[in-house]
Amino acid sequence: MESLTPPPLRRIVVDQEPTTVPQPRAPATETNGHGTAAVVPAAAVRPQKRRTRVTERMQVDRLSVAYGEKLAVKAVSLSVRQGEVLALIGPSGCGKTTLLRSLNRLVELTPTAGRAGRILLDGQEVDRMEATQLRRRVGMLFQQPNPFPMSIFDNVAYGLRERGSRRPHRRQLEPAVIEALQRAGLYEEVADDLDHPALALSGGQQQRLCIARSLAVGPEVLLLDEPCSALDPRSTEIIEQLIIGLRSEIAIVIVTHNLQQANRVADQVAFMYLGDLIEYGSAEQVFGAPRAQRTRDYVAGSFG
Amino acid sequence: MSTRQPTTALGYPPVVAPPGRAASHEEPSWGTRDKIGLAAAWAAGILLCLIAASIMGYMLYRGLQYLQLDMLVTHPLAGLDQSKTGGFLDPILGTFLLTVVGIAIALPIGVAIAVWLTEYGKPSGLARAVESGVEIVAGTPSIVLAIFGLLIFQQSAFGFLSFTAAGGEVFGRSFFAAGAMMSLIALPLVVGATRESLQAIPSHVREASYALGKDRISTIRRVLLPGARRGIATGATLGMGRIAGDTAIVVILLGASLQLTPEGHTPLLGTLKGTGSTLTSYVYNNSPAGEGNAPEKAYAAAFVLLLIVILLNFAVDLIARRKEPVWSR
Repeated sequence: MESLTPPPLRRIVVDQEPTTVPQPRAPATETNGHGTAAVVPAAAVRPQKRRTRVTERMQVDRLSVAYGEKLAVKAVSLSVRQGEVLALIGPSGCGKTTLLRSLNRLVELTPTAGRAGRILLDGQEVDRMEATQLRRRVGMLFQQPNPFPMSIFDNVAYGLRERGSRRPHRRQLEPAVIEALQRAGLYEEVADDLDHPALALSGGQQQRLCIARSLAVGPEVLLLDEPCSALDPRSTEIIEQLIIGLRSEIAIVIVTHNLQQANRVADQVAFMYLGDLIEYGSAEQVFGAPRAQRTRDYVAGSFG
Repeated sequence: MSTRQPTTALGYPPVVAPPGRAASHEEPSWGTRDKIGLAAAWAAGILLCLIAASIMGYMLYRGLQYLQLDMLVTHPLAGLDQSKTGGFLDPILGTFLLTVVGIAIALPIGVAIAVWLTEYGKPSGLARAVESGVEIVAGTPSIVLAIFGLLIFQQSAFGFLSFTAAGGEVFGRSFFAAGAMMSLIALPLVVGATRESLQAIPSHVREASYALGKDRISTIRRVLLPGARRGIATGATLGMGRIAGDTAIVVILLGASLQLTPEGHTPLLGTLKGTGSTLTSYVYNNSPAGEGNAPEKAYAAAFVLLLIVILLNFAVDLIARRKEPVWSR
């Protein structure tokens, strides 16, 4: 795990119990128990987003994950909904990525990892599913673009091809590959170069190719682990637009260190600190009127 | 060394230049011992270049002096008159055949070992044992491998790989036997280069494949092995160079018959079961150390061998210069 770095400017009080307010919906205008006003002028910063129909896809129920003796995620409960983007924010080492990797059971690849609590996908417990089946329904995008060492076409077709077969029925796969590239907003740029090696693309294009690769499998949930942290602002903007466009069809969870980004793309925000879920609510509420002192410090510190 | 001008634009005093010697471009004076050390380092490098150049130059001189193109296409013959002993077509074929047999065995096994070590490696005790096994094979002199190979391939169970005498005794010498032992020489090089390449692939690339619902086998086959292609090719080519250059195994396990002597009548299989010679054993046998005492032939064959090995090394350089897939970590 990365070392714990406090957010800039304001300190977070460590030896104090988290000050979560139990009520799920606090009115955004109300000042919290400390008597201070909202730190971020939410309406001013937030772009207006079109509302979409919201359905719950995944449910995380008192999830705890430990690496050896160290608890990385402590009894976190939240839900992932289609039609919304859920952003996980918090300082480094707070368990965001571990939580994310639990959703498609990638955390099981770490030999020391242990887990308690339930994760449901459409009401079905993920532990009861084949890991490969689950991961086809819950896709993931990584911090570093990681196209495979093959052509652009083969990268997207990779997930569609059954195990063992090399390059069957290119004709049959072509429509699906092109559609995935179009959804990822990459097709126009690579239409003539589908046979070129994917690793020759630029960083931003590589990351969009990775999105296309995930979309080709037809996931219901897409997990994004700091997908823009290695990219330039222009590519970041393209990918953020893509995320906002995809949320009506796919439930999206994004881990980000970039609070502005969370504010731009997210509908729901979960703030984690040292493995605890400190605050969970709509983006307007978490950024505009955080209920917990720690959230307030983190959000304000990063904006300050 | 550094010729950077001291920057004072921000008002800081110059950092490097000591008072009195500011802006001096002179080398600082070194102690005598350092000077001797530097000279020794230069001398060592130049000496090595000289040795390499003189080997090349001498072999080129001798080679061009004695090599006649018809030697490359005529069979060698036994005889006292050197003008009637022919060329070394069979040893050239033998070198290629043995190299192909050796690498054909070493490549799949070596890649499999490297994949198992990097991608599975459990239980860790077994992985450590495999690692030291590979190291021991790498460190074993080829003459020891050759003797050991003879012991094994003379067992009647392996009779089908070589020539069996009328009395039922297995000869134990053939292209199969020599190739099998040669593969052990190439194996550590294949394992090492493949492992290095696989380890260079960051773990998130593997995870990206798992995240698409793929299992470990298809990840290895479709993502990791293509990603390690360059390392595999480098290891194989290095291994081929080592096989082509080894003598002990050829002398002991290939039967050292001057011409390719097939066993039975099946075209390729017969040759593989039969005996032969390679350029190395030909050089050895024709040199004053061997019984042939035909140094002209030895020089000509050695020149050809050197060309083959240098070409293989050149191929390694070419492969290594090819662009390898690069991911950020």
